[in-house]
Amino acid sequence: MGPVKQRIASEDYVTINVGPSHPAMHGTLRAIAYVSGETVLGTDLEIGYLHRGVEKLGENLTYHQFIPITDRLNYCSAIANNVAYEMAVEKLMGVEVPVKAQLIRIIMTELSRIADHIVLVGILGVDLGAFTPFFYLFIQREEIYEIFEWYNGARLTNTFGRIGGVESDLPEDFETRWHELKKGLEKAIDETDKLLTHNRIWMDRTIGVTPISAEDALSWGFTGPCLRACGVKRDLRKDEPYSLYSQFDFDVPTGKHGDVFDRYMIRMIEMQESMKIIDQAFDLYKQLGPNEPLMAKVPKIIKPPEGEVYHAIESPNGELGFYIKSDGTDKPYRIKIRPPCYMIFQAFDELIQGEMISDLIACLSSLNIIAGELDR
Amino acid sequence: MALKDSVSRLLQNDLIALEESAGCIFAEVPKDKIVSCLSSLRDELGFNFLSDIVGVDNSALYEAKAKKAKKKKDKEGEENETPEPERPALPRFEVIYLLLNPDTNERLQVRIRVPEDDLKVQSITSLWKGANWPERECFDMFGIRFEGHPYLRRLLMWDEFPAHPLRKDYPLEGMGEERHLIYEPEGEGHWT
Repeated sequence: MGPVKQRIASEDYVTINVGPSHPAMHGTLRAIAYVSGETVLGTDLEIGYLHRGVEKLGENLTYHQFIPITDRLNYCSAIANNVAYEMAVEKLMGVEVPVKAQLIRIIMTELSRIADHIVLVGILGVDLGAFTPFFYLFIQREEIYEIFEWYNGARLTNTFGRIGGVESDLPEDFETRWHELKKGLEKAIDETDKLLTHNRIWMDRTIGVTPISAEDALSWGFTGPCLRACGVKRDLRKDEPYSLYSQFDFDVPTGKHGDVFDRYMIRMIEMQESMKIIDQAFDLYKQLGPNEPLMAKVPKIIKPPEGEVYHAIESPNGELGFYIKSDGTDKPYRIKIRPPCYMIFQAFDELIQGEMISDLIACLSSLNIIAGELDR
Repeated sequence: MALKDSVSRLLQNDLIALEESAGCIFAEVPKDKIVSCLSSLRDELGFNFLSDIVGVDNSALYEAKAKKAKKKKDKEGEENETPEPERPALPRFEVIYLLLNPDTNERLQVRIRVPEDDLKVQSITSLWKGANWPERECFDMFGIRFEGHPYLRRLLMWDEFPAHPLRKDYPLEGMGEERHLIYEPEGEGHWT
């Protein structure tokens, strides 16, 4: 018996098992919903279907060998995971990354943030029955993946960067390509906005659905767009500025009610803010000469000094942190990943209580639960 | 640093060690005082956000250190006859609570050490709702029991799994465990 089933006093309910392989569940998640009529009394959650022992693997691989494993956490924005891990190791070693490499990292991370948000908005639409915006957005996502492919040959699992910098410079005519992409992106976001935001059906399905208060969200450990939707202005890019983010001018959007609509709206605005950041970063990049270094001076075999570190960055989903303990050898002694959606998914039962069964999928979709980083 | 001072002033005698590693501050407190320490940090210093709970098994680290020390001793051997005084062995496990102050953006890591013969730690689910799954995962991976947890069951591995996989004595290849799915329509076993 799950913990929620014990809580439900009434005998008058039907158990509906959603998942672990269900077309509307995002990855292998299992929610056991107790339903009375169409109202959800509670859900028991079961996770771990995609557990691959990433942390155990990390203890048996060298520091560089672990980078491809981080791709497989949040596979919608693999670059953000790569960068988060590399920055944690660099912090442990005390390495200063060259400016050019940092700018390339920022450009690529923001592109992957846009791609991640596109997945969320597109799939949220599909889950609620709006199929058209999915196509408008996913064409642009394809363009972003073309740029990734052009950069280092991989589309989803990029294995971007190395410890101490990045492996190669941006392709030569990145500028023309980016301007083309930007035009298309702006148009697609605008069209999606016109199709969804003020659509009567969309508003009915999203406004006031599964709201959460700021206090509850903080207590549950919410971060990222889901926390900002509750009205808490917290973004690690602004609050604990890492890399060069303190030099850029961008806004952090916040919502009010923490419902599905606010989570959707935050993502729509953040895509535009990300484009602003890429423009500014590319302006800085253009001022640098072609022979600027891309890698800091790091030894071929990475052996950080004994010690431990926790470093977190703002990934598209929220705070993505890596705790690394080193014992002075070439393999990490312990790696702990703090994925953002792990803490968010815990609150799912509290969010969904008293809502309709059809809102279960809307809520799940808007939280952006990725099984790869949830189960590790 | 101001944070270090205020932490040591607040915890006073409960503070065992306060160290800095790569820019992160780690405070060590006694195992049985973890709830009171964390609640005073939360209420008085504003660390009201729990990022995560990390379990660490230090057994391999201690072994490697002992080996190194022995090698060094053997090398010096006869020349140096005065043996170093033996320090009491540190407990095998540690649990680290990653805290954050959202107003000042300061981070603090609170560490407790858990000996192998007494794997009980007070649960902090009463302080943060979000401590629920991290504690379950820590139990799953290391076998540390959190007392007062509302539902301490395995989180990522299946319920019948016999070992704690992130312990250092558990092999990477696994030990050949197989999961047999037993379907019990309304039984005592798995969730129905």
